[in-house]
Amino acid sequence: MTDRSLKREARIDWLPVFLYLFIVVFGWFNVFAATRPDTDDFIFSMSTNYGRQAMWIGFSLVAALVIMLFDSKFFPAFAYPIYITGILLLAAVLVVGQEVAGSKSWFVITEAIKFQPSEFAKFATALGLAKYMGEKNFSFLSTSRYNRIETANPKSWVFLPLRLIGITSMEGAFALILFLVPAALILLENDTGSTMAFAALFLVFYREGVTGIILVAGIVMAALFLLNVVVDEIYLIIPVSAIGLLGALYLFFRRNIKPGLIVVILTAITVGFIFMSNYILDNLKPHQKTRVEVLMGVKKDLKGAGYNVNQSKIAIGSGGLAGKGFLNGTQTKYRFVPKQYTDFIFSAVGEEWGFLGAGLLIAAYVLLLCRIILRAEKQRSRFSRIYGYSVASILFAHFALNVGMAIGIMPTIGIPLPMVSYGGSSLFSFTILLFVFIKLDSNRNEILW
Amino acid sequence: MNETGNKKWIFVGVFLFLGTVFLLKLAMLQIFDEDYKKYANMNAIRRVVQFPPRGYILDRNGELMVYNEVSYDLMVIPREAEELDTTEFCMLADMSKEEFVKGMSNIFDQVEKKRLSRSQPTPLIKQMAKENVATLEEKMYKYPGYFLQPRILRKYPKPVGAHILGYIGEADENLINSDSYYKPGDYVGKSGLEKSYEEVLRGVKGVKNLYVDNLNNPKGSYMDGQYDTTAVPGKNITCTIDLNLQEYGEQLMVNKKGGIVAIEPKTGEILAMVSSPTYDPNLLVGRGIRKNYPILLQDKNLPLFNRTNMDGYPPGSTFKLLNGLIGLQLGVITPETKYGCAGGFVAGGLRVGCHAHASPSDLRYSIQTSCNAYYCQVFRAIVQNEKKAEDGFNIWREYMLSFGIGSDFPDSDIPNTKTGLLPTAERYNKIYGKGGWKALTIISLAIGQGEMKVNVLQLANMTAMIANRGYFITPHLLKSIHENDTDRKVQFKKNQTKVDAKHFDPVIEGMECVVTGGTGRVTQIDTIRIGGKTGTAQNPHGKDHSVFIAFAPVNDPKIAIAVFVENSGFGATWAAPIASLMIEKYLRGKISRPDMEKRMFEGNLMNTVKPPVP
Ligand SMILES: [Zn+2]
Repeated sequence: MTDRSLKREARIDWLPVFLYLFIVVFGWFNVFAATRPDTDDFIFSMSTNYGRQAMWIGFSLVAALVIMLFDSKFFPAFAYPIYITGILLLAAVLVVGQEVAGSKSWFVITEAIKFQPSEFAKFATALGLAKYMGEKNFSFLSTSRYNRIETANPKSWVFLPLRLIGITSMEGAFALILFLVPAALILLENDTGSTMAFAALFLVFYREGVTGIILVAGIVMAALFLLNVVVDEIYLIIPVSAIGLLGALYLFFRRNIKPGLIVVILTAITVGFIFMSNYILDNLKPHQKTRVEVLMGVKKDLKGAGYNVNQSKIAIGSGGLAGKGFLNGTQTKYRFVPKQYTDFIFSAVGEEWGFLGAGLLIAAYVLLLCRIILRAEKQRSRFSRIYGYSVASILFAHFALNVGMAIGIMPTIGIPLPMVSYGGSSLFSFTILLFVFIKLDSNRNEILW
Repeated sequence: MNETGNKKWIFVGVFLFLGTVFLLKLAMLQIFDEDYKKYANMNAIRRVVQFPPRGYILDRNGELMVYNEVSYDLMVIPREAEELDTTEFCMLADMSKEEFVKGMSNIFDQVEKKRLSRSQPTPLIKQMAKENVATLEEKMYKYPGYFLQPRILRKYPKPVGAHILGYIGEADENLINSDSYYKPGDYVGKSGLEKSYEEVLRGVKGVKNLYVDNLNNPKGSYMDGQYDTTAVPGKNITCTIDLNLQEYGEQLMVNKKGGIVAIEPKTGEILAMVSSPTYDPNLLVGRGIRKNYPILLQDKNLPLFNRTNMDGYPPGSTFKLLNGLIGLQLGVITPETKYGCAGGFVAGGLRVGCHAHASPSDLRYSIQTSCNAYYCQVFRAIVQNEKKAEDGFNIWREYMLSFGIGSDFPDSDIPNTKTGLLPTAERYNKIYGKGGWKALTIISLAIGQGEMKVNVLQLANMTAMIANRGYFITPHLLKSIHENDTDRKVQFKKNQTKVDAKHFDPVIEGMECVVTGGTGRVTQIDTIRIGGKTGTAQNPHGKDHSVFIAFAPVNDPKIAIAVFVENSGFGATWAAPIASLMIEKYLRGKISRPDMEKRMFEGNLMNTVKPPVP
């Protein structure tokens, strides 16, 4: 076998394919359990939810097959047109989209045929970013004074935050804009779930060289925000100020004046954030505030915001170690969990398949995510690697938020469990998202432009 | 590049960390916390209580006195009640929108104040008649959170016997706390037979464990009904009452205060127990209770009060019979003993008046004329039979107790019977000092006046005892319980008195003379041999109470009766004719003296009365 033939040969990594098939098929059984009519003489029908879902699984498998027949070069070649299409669809949905449950994120053709452009936008943006950031000369750090961000306006303070997160080149800033434009459009749709899933794409920036400070800062701020619900802000401000000022004093004493000043500034920013989060909490819409309070255990609202989650936890908790068995879950069978076949499908898994089944599903997801990351790192082309990280980040966000919500450790945010929740456009999008990576991975030794 | 390449381990680490957190949380929910299984069952399994039909009550001839009618409570489960088309719903439920809004806001008010659980089914409308429910029942599926709960209403074909039958009402908090069988909203016998035979009549509730879905629709039985219990219907009971006689007695007592008790002497079975004024038992059924109970309770004539077994009245002259019997048994007199009477009894500065009659009189004649002097002599002889008055009195008292006087018949099934008042030696010791009293001090007991109260039930029982010549069966209301297709007869105790049978003949002969030629001539019914005795109970609050006791036929007693009419004067005026009509009605089934009957029906003694002191 020569070097050359090795490069050309397509080698499919079958593990993600098997994991995908397992998750999809297992998922369908649970959709079936959650939507099957409770009669003994029911007929399998395509006009039911489980029937439609089966149909979509068929379409998705065909789509996966078609993707595998494509030439890998197609994806980088059409990355920008696809990206621009995604942006246009996002813009269009804001104008002509239908409002569903307060968010304007759906194109509704008929009741059965609905399409959420944000699903497509994730794929499109992943391709766009991979294409742009995968260019040979791309770097977040400026390599010459010509591509430094300050070139645009040397004295502008606007660039300070960019420097802080490690972006000093013009193309780095542009990559951020490629991410922020669709993000802003999705934010305007007023769909928290989609926004958070999309935001996960930022993890790719971290992999490609942006400093982790912004992620750490984000986590710290989220923690402070949530703690603010539980305790009075004074109990946050005093320890934060004390630690900050003691640290600064220590640094000043050691004559590290500059780091000391930075610590003082950071402390001030943090305290400011605590005040701000307090203000935000006070000005949240009542239902949003309740959701946060229920999550933090400050409030029990079993009829309102907490009801769905509580019913989901009851279904899961009653499943026990081995579960009640397929089609034997009383909570699933008798529909006690609202939105069970969409957002709360994990509760059907937990009830009927127990800790073993639910654990297996979690393991399958974690394995799939890890596998994508490890394979992404093996790609010769940066395009494939960046794309792989995008896929993993989006799947991760969905998985973490959905399962976390179903077991009551994340806030109630309507977001589907990839490849499991009922919904054709979601299943179809995730299939394409994943199989494009599997296709790219099968040609991982090729350099793609 | 090497540094960024290592970032993959951060990603992998985060994924594994999150997966581990999820598994730990899942283990907590699914393996270590058992509560969720309980909550899941609370969601999906509904305990549906099956209320058994309450047993019927029949009269001694098998005629229905109480039966059931099914009505429906419209129940709402606050947690599950959804917005609905109120116009249509109210039309179907036959209620006004205002009623609906008021009822619902009341229920949610209770929920808000934590007095009611969100998942507790609560009646929105109680006792809707079956006709009103028919259309609603078909449409119930449209109203999740609402359902119809069948309830049993008691019905009375004839509106009589309210005091005997009693009524049922919702179990109160005390009962619910002390007896786990009863749950809020359950019905329980509150008085009368409904109370005495509650456990027989109520049956046993059953439970069905049903799967239900989120809309509370039943979805089949839980665990194939392993934990279900079937409801056991309440048993029918036959009571001792003769419904026709009871009804007749109530008619006779209209517009009069007092009571009638008729007993079958051989069995102690109560044939009629009339307390007047009474009320229509249909008033205290279902929804009516809330409205009518307070009205009846506040009525100054006390219709809820059973006058036949309360503390009672002074027995008056009817008591003389008992004193005669004790005298005979103790041997202080014989039937031939004669005492003179010159318009009364005079001894030691004490005078008890009497009316004009021939003198001296023997026992029979003393009964016939109701001579006060005679019985003062007898009573004095009884008390003085012992050296100490106290000992003599105690012996007398023992006899009285053996006649059922001063007894509340603890083994009877008539609830809330009072003992009346039979004074004790201690009582007199307290008043007069030990040894400070003698026969003459308490001489009014000889003629049934003074410190003495006997209720109508005791009087009737005493009459039955005389008719039986020396014993009585504890008076009671239950004849048999219908079980397994047969009637199980219920036995009550035979009580032997301390007087031998032979002493009864002269007394009974005297009683016959009362009817044939004495104070109770008015009661005579052609060929029926009746033994009777009039009485007048002095009443410090107004006109005297009239008393009459009788039994018939003398040679084979079928009925013993006591009639007490408040504030009606002499026994012969009202009590005796009523007793006589009752006897004729019972023995003959028809009345031969319509004039007398008419006079009794129409007699109104209500307005001659000062407010009674209960
Ligand atoms: Zn006399």
